[in-house]
Amino acid sequence: MLEVALRHRFEGFELDANFTAAPEGVTALFGPSGCGKSTILKAIAGLLQPREGRVVLDGEVLLDTARGIALPPERRRCGIVFQEARLFPHLSVESNLRYGLRRAPRGATGPGFDEVLALLGIEELLPRRPARLSGGERQRVALGRALLMRPRLLLMDEPLAALDGPRRAEILPFLARLREAARLPILYVTHALDEVDALADHLVLIEAGRVRASGSVEALTARTDLPLAARRDAGVLIACCIADHDFARGLTRFDFAGGSLLAPLHAEPVGTRLRLRLRARDVSVALTPPEGISMQNVLPVTLTSIAPTASPHEVFLHLDMAGTALLARITRDAQSRLGLTPGMALWAMVKSVTFDHARAGF
Amino acid sequence: MHLSPEEWQAVRLSLDVAARSVLVSLLPAIGIAWLLTRRRFPGRFLLDALVHLPLVVPPVVVGWGLLMLFGVRGPIGAPLLEWFGIRLVFTTGGAALATAVMSFPLIVRAVRLGLEQVDPGLEAAAGTLGAGPIDRFLTVTLPLMSPGILAGAVTAFAAGLGEFGAVITFASNIPGETQTLPLAIYAATQTPGGEATAARLALVSFGLAMSGLLLAEWIARRMHLLLGRF
Repeated sequence: MLEVALRHRFEGFELDANFTAAPEGVTALFGPSGCGKSTILKAIAGLLQPREGRVVLDGEVLLDTARGIALPPERRRCGIVFQEARLFPHLSVESNLRYGLRRAPRGATGPGFDEVLALLGIEELLPRRPARLSGGERQRVALGRALLMRPRLLLMDEPLAALDGPRRAEILPFLARLREAARLPILYVTHALDEVDALADHLVLIEAGRVRASGSVEALTARTDLPLAARRDAGVLIACCIADHDFARGLTRFDFAGGSLLAPLHAEPVGTRLRLRLRARDVSVALTPPEGISMQNVLPVTLTSIAPTASPHEVFLHLDMAGTALLARITRDAQSRLGLTPGMALWAMVKSVTFDHARAGF
Repeated sequence: MHLSPEEWQAVRLSLDVAARSVLVSLLPAIGIAWLLTRRRFPGRFLLDALVHLPLVVPPVVVGWGLLMLFGVRGPIGAPLLEWFGIRLVFTTGGAALATAVMSFPLIVRAVRLGLEQVDPGLEAAAGTLGAGPIDRFLTVTLPLMSPGILAGAVTAFAAGLGEFGAVITFASNIPGETQTLPLAIYAATQTPGGEATAARLALVSFGLAMSGLLLAEWIARRMHLLLGRF
């Protein structure tokens, strides 16, 4: 468990952030560039002294300005993966990896050297110098180095931001695997929603130095009062499990708490747990079960409430599928034509389903 | 080209004095370069100016200043002689001290350039990986700034071979004790029939200086390769 409370003057505005992060899994600090996310990370790691603040990790006080406590970075044992890797250029990859391992306290446990090499696929790189690595390889080594120092907390400061599209796609699965192997809290700073979808369990939304909202990813993506809802890809994330492959029809069935969804055949085996994003603009509703349509997924739902969108001509519908929240974005005209009011039983049609491929086994 | 035993002595003494001056000034130079680059403190500009003073003040004045401080009745020279029996005026050690003071700004400048090449982000990364301040300095900062340190040492050595004004003022011109190459050349030009000696020593001086510059360049290239900059 990580508790953070910070106040600091920061690039013209006041940073005033309070939040807690779960003892396991990924907590994403999400917000636009320059909102103070990285400053929060630096203050937790001890690389920046905030004007006021308190950081407590698993009951140990790392920082408490009121009591004059501020552990230096080397005694906090927070592993950081920086955006630009920051490998030591004069050391080989192996010496970089062992740098933190050598300085870890005697009793500290964590994944072994060979285990980390295999996890990140960096066995071949050991004798090389960082200058001879590609951007993606460098970032994988940086991940390994942070993991091998036996940290109590892993901090990631936009680790993919310096990489181009294909490189990001190369690293994302490694991050997902690391997340499973690490068994420690991970604080992940990003402004990319696809990284949140792929990795995060909890979300802390930061806006101009303040925490706008925090909670599980599923809960926050179903809210329409947050900046998340204004995005084109706004929509709920649903945790589900591959229930069945129908090879004859070319379909895979995904079960979740409130029912099941069909989607084109998926590569992962039956039993794989992953997360689906159902974008609000891909969900429409009908008063009666429609017939003769191409859509595979027609689900019985209850309309819980209607919320405004950024556009005056469209509304969000909060729908409930036996306990699982769903969002639909429809026109105001459709709302009045169908006479939609909260409490009504409806049929939700899901046009398409986007997967985050990296979420195998969460 | 044959050098007489006396001329050889001047060459050897010059090498000895230059080497000692570099050895003496290297550690303080690293410390002061680090202070000037990485720390903000009151009096930083004063320290910076003080370090660079020998570049602009006439060398004779530096020698005179040393004479005042380290003379047998000076505020530093008197206790040195009384407590440790060390006399610097008119000795090889004194010539090395005068040379060290004169070449100090050269070393500090080169070391600073080297240190400015070191990304403080790497030191921060080392800190989060569990390395304390001294550990960080020894395992990250020092190796990464070593091209600057070596370049500074070689340049100061080459320059130290030719230090004249401060040495002759503070340590005088004593053959075998403080008569380095430039002093020997000067003495030769003042002696009737010394033209050949002066020419030979001037040639040696030139050769040593050139070798020093080439060596500095070669070391810089090697170091950059070793540090993986290319």
